[in-house]
Amino acid sequence: MSKTEAGARKGASSRPQKSGPRGRLARSNDRAYFLMAIPALLVYALFYLYPTLTNLRYAFSEWDGLQEAKFIGFKNFTRSLTNDDTFYKVLGNNIEFTGLVVIFQTALSLLFAIFLLKNTRASVALRTLYFFPTILSSVSVAMVWQFLYEPNLGPLNVFLNSIGLDFLALNWLGSETITLRAVAFTQVWFHTGQMMVVYIAGLQQIPQELYEAAEVDGATRWQQFKSVTWPMALPTTAVVMAYTTIQSFRAFDLIYAMTQGGPNNSSSILVTLIYLTAFNEYRFGYAATQSIYLIVFILVLTAIQRRLLRTRY
Amino acid sequence: MIYKVGRAFGLTLFSVLILIPVLVVVLGSFKGDLELMTKPLALPERWSFENYRNLLEGGQIANNFKNSTIVTLFSVLLTLFISSLASFGIARIIHVSGKVLLLLFTMGLAIPAATSIIGIYQLFVTLNLTNTLHGLVIINVASTLPISIFILSAFFRQIPTEIYESAAMDGAKPFRLYRSVALPLSRPSMGAVAIFLFVITWNDLLYPLLLITRSDLKTLPLALIDYRGEYAINFSMIFTAVMVASIPMVVMYLAMQKSFVSGLTAGAVKG
Repeated sequence: MSKTEAGARKGASSRPQKSGPRGRLARSNDRAYFLMAIPALLVYALFYLYPTLTNLRYAFSEWDGLQEAKFIGFKNFTRSLTNDDTFYKVLGNNIEFTGLVVIFQTALSLLFAIFLLKNTRASVALRTLYFFPTILSSVSVAMVWQFLYEPNLGPLNVFLNSIGLDFLALNWLGSETITLRAVAFTQVWFHTGQMMVVYIAGLQQIPQELYEAAEVDGATRWQQFKSVTWPMALPTTAVVMAYTTIQSFRAFDLIYAMTQGGPNNSSSILVTLIYLTAFNEYRFGYAATQSIYLIVFILVLTAIQRRLLRTRY
Repeated sequence: MIYKVGRAFGLTLFSVLILIPVLVVVLGSFKGDLELMTKPLALPERWSFENYRNLLEGGQIANNFKNSTIVTLFSVLLTLFISSLASFGIARIIHVSGKVLLLLFTMGLAIPAATSIIGIYQLFVTLNLTNTLHGLVIINVASTLPISIFILSAFFRQIPTEIYESAAMDGAKPFRLYRSVALPLSRPSMGAVAIFLFVITWNDLLYPLLLITRSDLKTLPLALIDYRGEYAINFSMIFTAVMVASIPMVVMYLAMQKSFVSGLTAGAVKG
């Protein structure tokens, strides 16, 4: 916002205190403007905020979704923490999944942004290609990768066998040790192009003179990256990492369509666990409790990220 | 030198990695299942539309397509209308309540949709909104309002007040200001939000999964999961369904790449 605009807004906000016809006009307009927000407010409050709040109430009850919910205090909460191996397993999965996705997606999107920074025709074409998966549905992506990962006849294992790497031809979506990583790989494949575009926009803001000066000083490409690109791109990195984190927490569609969290919950993250607890096990109250923990977990993570990134500047 | 080789290698590898799955699906939809399994990347021996014919005759795909279209169109248009109206109001309110409203809406951004599903499911059962397309529209609108209002109110606040004031001088009332001044100016932002909403609504699985069980009301992503069960491991049929589900977005992407990229990125970054 320019200074004159800021001034104009300041002027506007001081207007209601004045008496006289203009003051009254501003006040009555406020009412009209407020009315404009009412339809959105009603829909949002009734169909989004209200269910989020009732969720909180169910978290304190035992409830199968059919009979009356029974209030049981903090039992669900203590139970997840003290007597639920699945919950801890899935929490661990979620941390691993988010960690893998954030590290690889951030690094790769930065790398490809640097590679495709210049607006040449070839770069623009490759950007279009890399961005392409972003427009697909998670379900479609899941189906394709189920085929590629198919253990016996799937192209990946056929390829690995043909070049003699038989020992790498794993049961990608059917093994408790590897499935979560295979899904994380798909998630990175799915969204790296989108974050690359964010990085390109950020890197194009870096003044060209900085690179010229570095070149005069005889800096190598790596030194240029270390002393110009990386520090100048830190705000963009913060955005990319924050968004990728949230995105990884929301990977419900992909994981549900690809593995349903299996085998044996080994590829489940918190959002899929919540769904499965409620709609496969009919433990609605307990699922509501898990979703409270998810919210707490996200809030803590966001706070940590904010703090880390703030101290950097 | 090392950089150049590394760059060429990296770009080629990632291009291949993106292209292979895409080609496998496109080519596979024109092949028989055996041919897909044995030669996933070869051109079809004979380009056959049999899979498409079978899919159209055997299943609900035309119906799923219709459901997805109805739900997406109504959700996007309704969200755009009520969120632009609200964003304009919020941006113009002088009183502190404007800020409070914005905060209330943006609170919804921090919470993943899946955390409210139990409450949403229960509410929609109580209101008899499960297994209805309008129920799906309602939850789509409610859940996309935060991001839309966040983006649009930021835009409306950037419009210099003088523009509104000169129109107000001519006697324009608030709603008139919205319709004749703010809306025309906001066309690029509205376009970006529209594309973002289009893609996420068309592709969404969670809400249809939660609210729809009747097969004649299923949207494409939800139906795809059924097809996988139905055709077991007949991947060429599954890929044909994937093609049908993806074509609208692919055509739009190819036709307006720039708006797609900026729309989806704006939605992502600001969300």
